Amino acid sequence: MAVTAVTNLGRNGLSDWLVQRISAVILLAYSVFIVGYLVYNPDVTYAEWKDLMSLTCIKIFSLAAVMSLVAHGWIGMWGIATDYLTDRLMGPKGSVLRWLFLLGCAAFCFVYLFWGIQILWGN
Amino acid sequence: MTDVRTIEVYRYDPAKDEAPYMQTYTLELDGSERMLLDALIKLKKQDETLSFRRSCREGICGSDGMNVNGKNGLACLLNLNHLPKRIVIRPLPGLPVIRDLVVDMSMFYKQYEKIKPYLINDTPAPAKERLQSPEEREKLDGLYECILCACCSTSCPSFWWNPDRFIGPSGLLQAYRFLIDSRDQATEERLANLDDPFSVFRCHGIQNCVAVCPKGLNPTKAIGHIRNMLLRRAT
Repeated sequence: MAVTAVTNLGRNGLSDWLVQRISAVILLAYSVFIVGYLVYNPDVTYAEWKDLMSLTCIKIFSLAAVMSLVAHGWIGMWGIATDYLTDRLMGPKGSVLRWLFLLGCAAFCFVYLFWGIQILWGN
Repeated sequence: MTDVRTIEVYRYDPAKDEAPYMQTYTLELDGSERMLLDALIKLKKQDETLSFRRSCREGICGSDGMNVNGKNGLACLLNLNHLPKRIVIRPLPGLPVIRDLVVDMSMFYKQYEKIKPYLINDTPAPAKERLQSPEEREKLDGLYECILCACCSTSCPSFWWNPDRFIGPSGLLQAYRFLIDSRDQATEERLANLDDPFSVFRCHGIQNCVAVCPKGLNPTKAIGHIRNMLLRRAT
């Protein structure tokens, strides 16, 4: 019988696995872009940087990176929590600790996403 | 020239020991012992209280899996000439110890049972046997040879943390063996039972299983094939 879990991101193993790989590719592409830009423009000014980040395509790319980090981070933290913070390893307090840990991660992810959107699309 | 080895063995008898401990033996080999299992059998003559599993002594039954100098393996396949003077032997990691080097493999077998390790085919059985082409049969090579010694699964951290939910490399190798078998008709049912966050996807590809398999099999590769099958099924 298949094992179920209610707190993982995509309701099954395959979607989490796929999201983790796709988000990793997006994060790699974004990192290469940012580092590449800074290497080729070492004397970039604040105004130039702001202009770059104001381009709609870059905003979408940045938002994709922020969302990728949230998804990637949640899947990774969920994996760590369900490996180490379990009743099997820690007794009944394992589940309590895991839920608290995941709650903290969820709050962090939410704030990070909300803040990211506000920075990218706010005035 | 006599060959004297220092052998440290994990000892634990829950009937009398409060906690496990390591016992150091000095064993003189006379040259007639080739494998570690031969040394252990000789050691047992010195100390009859020492417990370990063994049967075929030729790498077929998979009974004498143990952790030797930090790496899982079969005692009957570990050549004494390739082992150092000091040999540290512990039970397979991650499973409850029954006594000394004997572990409780119930969890390991439970995972094996989960993958339904038998052909499922509801069509009427032919007079003799269900035939396969040589190409179809070839697909089972590197899979059917698994002897369920548990060396791979007990070297896998994902199995240590979730032995009740992660099938483990051995079970997944066997799962792929039946998924790829041309005579099996339960592919969809088998894949549906593996598509959860734990059964297959707890494998992070660290390949400890590949490094320790005494039969030279590659469970990580089989797990990759299962992932691809799950992906094709879903897209």
